[in-house]
Amino acid sequence: MITFEKFEIANGLKVLIHRDVSTPMAVVNVLYDVGARDEDPAKTGFAHLFEHLMFGGSVNIPVYDEPLQIAGGENNAFTTNDLTNYYCQLPAENLETAFWLESDRMLSLAFSKKSLEVQRKVVCEEFKEHYINKPYGDVWHKMRELTYKVHPYRWMTIGAELSHIENATLDDVKAFFNKHYNPGNAILVVAGNVTVEGVKQLTEKWFAPIPAGEKYVRNIPVEPKQTEARSSTVKANVPLDALYKCWHIYPRTDMRYYTADLITEILSGGGSSRLFQSLVKEKQLFSSIECYHLGSTDAGLLTIEGKLVKGVKMEDAEAAVNEELVKLQNDGISQRELEKVKNKTESMMAFEDMSITNRAASLAMYEQMGDADLINKELELYRAVTADEIKNESKIIFDERNSNTLYYYSNN
Amino acid sequence: MNRKIAPPIKDAIEFDLELKPYQKFTLDNGVPVYTIDAGAQEVVQIELVFYAGNWFEQQKSVAAATNYLLKNGTSTKTAFEINEEFEYYGAYCNRSCYNETAVVSLSSLSKQLPAILPVVRDMITDAAFSEAELDIYKQNSKQRIKVNLQKCDFVATRLIDAYLYGEAHPYGKYTNPEDLDALNRDQLSDFFKQYYLNGQCVIFVSGKLPADIEQQLNNAFGDLSLKAFNNQLSTIIQSPAAEKKYRIENDVNGVQGAIRIARDFPNRHHPDFMKVSVLNTVFGGFFGSRLMSNIREDKGYTYGIHSYVQNHIHQTAWMISTEAGKDVCEATIEEVYKEMKLLREDLVDDEELLLVRNYLIGTILGDLDGPFQIMGRWKNLILNDLTGDYFYKSIETIKSISAEELRDLSKKYLNPEDFYEIVVI
Repeated sequence: MITFEKFEIANGLKVLIHRDVSTPMAVVNVLYDVGARDEDPAKTGFAHLFEHLMFGGSVNIPVYDEPLQIAGGENNAFTTNDLTNYYCQLPAENLETAFWLESDRMLSLAFSKKSLEVQRKVVCEEFKEHYINKPYGDVWHKMRELTYKVHPYRWMTIGAELSHIENATLDDVKAFFNKHYNPGNAILVVAGNVTVEGVKQLTEKWFAPIPAGEKYVRNIPVEPKQTEARSSTVKANVPLDALYKCWHIYPRTDMRYYTADLITEILSGGGSSRLFQSLVKEKQLFSSIECYHLGSTDAGLLTIEGKLVKGVKMEDAEAAVNEELVKLQNDGISQRELEKVKNKTESMMAFEDMSITNRAASLAMYEQMGDADLINKELELYRAVTADEIKNESKIIFDERNSNTLYYYSNN
Repeated sequence: MNRKIAPPIKDAIEFDLELKPYQKFTLDNGVPVYTIDAGAQEVVQIELVFYAGNWFEQQKSVAAATNYLLKNGTSTKTAFEINEEFEYYGAYCNRSCYNETAVVSLSSLSKQLPAILPVVRDMITDAAFSEAELDIYKQNSKQRIKVNLQKCDFVATRLIDAYLYGEAHPYGKYTNPEDLDALNRDQLSDFFKQYYLNGQCVIFVSGKLPADIEQQLNNAFGDLSLKAFNNQLSTIIQSPAAEKKYRIENDVNGVQGAIRIARDFPNRHHPDFMKVSVLNTVFGGFFGSRLMSNIREDKGYTYGIHSYVQNHIHQTAWMISTEAGKDVCEATIEEVYKEMKLLREDLVDDEELLLVRNYLIGTILGDLDGPFQIMGRWKNLILNDLTGDYFYKSIETIKSISAEELRDLSKKYLNPEDFYEIVVI
């Protein structure tokens, strides 16, 4: 049970406090409800570039990192298609330093030209390192374009192309800040060795004076239901053929999400999972195979990806994957197998909750989904999934008409 | 309220850090067990550390293959059945092979230990190393190497170690596909008998421990023919390369180069080691380091650049590592050497030194959050034949090292002519 208190201040900032006095540390986590899905299709990669710029100095504080490090703290941030999350951890005695830094960059940035110039380059190198200069690095670029036709999940968080980042201007940066970096669009979580009273006072002092700004109303097109199978073929300079298949699943807050999540555990995620046992060990068609989803807020994708054993034909590999899916659709699963994936999930959740940094970020993400208390309720939601639901959902999800297949062939 | 003025802070160097002491007991066969009982979640982590790393193998990849295949079947159970037993109880059993040691680790809800310890016992006493499992392992490992060999960072990391230590040294050797082809099950079985079944072992346990943990572990492992580690390892001589500078084209279409710059460095028992840990932080050990500030935050040549002392037991190396744009690789290297020069010639000012001290102490304070992290610190000390005293001396060094000492250490260790360098594009 993860306990917390929650309140909202006049400018719309939501605040959650999670006390854990067993640690000498405090964590300040600020989630902004803006991700790559909120970008202009002609200016993709902006939410993530902006995350970098948040460290380039704020209106009253020329540099972010140094004062935090002097206070014995460290920090980081990440951007997804759904959100941007900033966190810092520091000795609890120095909690106010984090409030000072985080509130100032919520108030306004320095909008330094130098910072934009440098971070454009840094992000371009990040793009190259992860998506260009790696074998199979462009898979998600291609897969997102195949699977989404209207929803902004059709581009990656890093951006659709390098030029979008290279062309970003200071005006773009200012407009993005004004639109998204308002208190009403943010969730502050303070965790660790803190008091509720202390956090309330600090919030009043540092965050309450920030003007509310204009409330951003998200208006994202819903991806229409896919009605026929799609596929695409790539030839590239990679050593092995690879197969990628994606199916549309449900939004994160849909109750069927838990069923879809357990389906990925049944298929992959352990030495006794179905795809690994059948396709890597018994039939030896793949040298590796995985099934996963990204937990995205809007309707996401369930993915199966594998690298083929050299010499295996793509058709045979794909047929064998489909055979496993048909088996699940027709025969369902035993109570023992269902119990297994639920037990694994329970244990995974317990391990995830070990650090206050994780707990703080999870609380912020659940609050963004609409209810921070989901952190305590989800285990029951997983426990409630039935074998029938698994079988039925596997029929709906793995419907051929809902499938997207990327055949990735080696040139060599 | 003036937002331009920082709130008062307590300097992190004023904090008293405590490394929670471990409990220790010995199994009937003499194997030592170190425990940390702490934390709120009902979880436990058990690591069985065997002296079965690649230090002991006669032929490349034998140690790693033996370690990996421990979980892939016994005389009575298939790999599938073993995995299913762990997974049914929500437990994770991993294997990792290092240079001196090889580890079997278990993470589990505390309540499930009685059900799964017998499975671990089976693995380390009765692993079968079947021909079929070995063949799959060879095939899939070879495929993985082929993919990795296309990555410039993977290639650069292998080569720099080979230059530093020599390809015959456990720290310098690397696996090629043909090494995997040469493996056979008799080698693995023999290695298993010598280094696991009759091997030297030490156990680390952390988390919220059941009251009968000692009895549970003794029942599971106390009657095995394992021995305590005797701290005696054969010496293997380093044979570093004569040539120091390398430029390699691995991928004609590459848009980045992987840069590694490194020199040899003594192990933790050398009096300079702790001090250099502080100097390394200034140089390239954190986000605010000289290398990051200059090469990422000022020039934008890279997404990240780091320096670190490798975590080796016998001897080690001081390494600078980055991936930089293809056109700016040489400029990046030049800037690295410029930063070395600045450290050799100028004193680190008080403000920067205080920042680094506070940052380091704050980080250690944060790292000691939770039983697994505390045990991680102890494990590193114990495997390096050090005591808790070393932890407290390190803290003292962070608090007291002077700018002059940092400059003198830079003069001693940060000379470009001592460094190997490689760029792989």
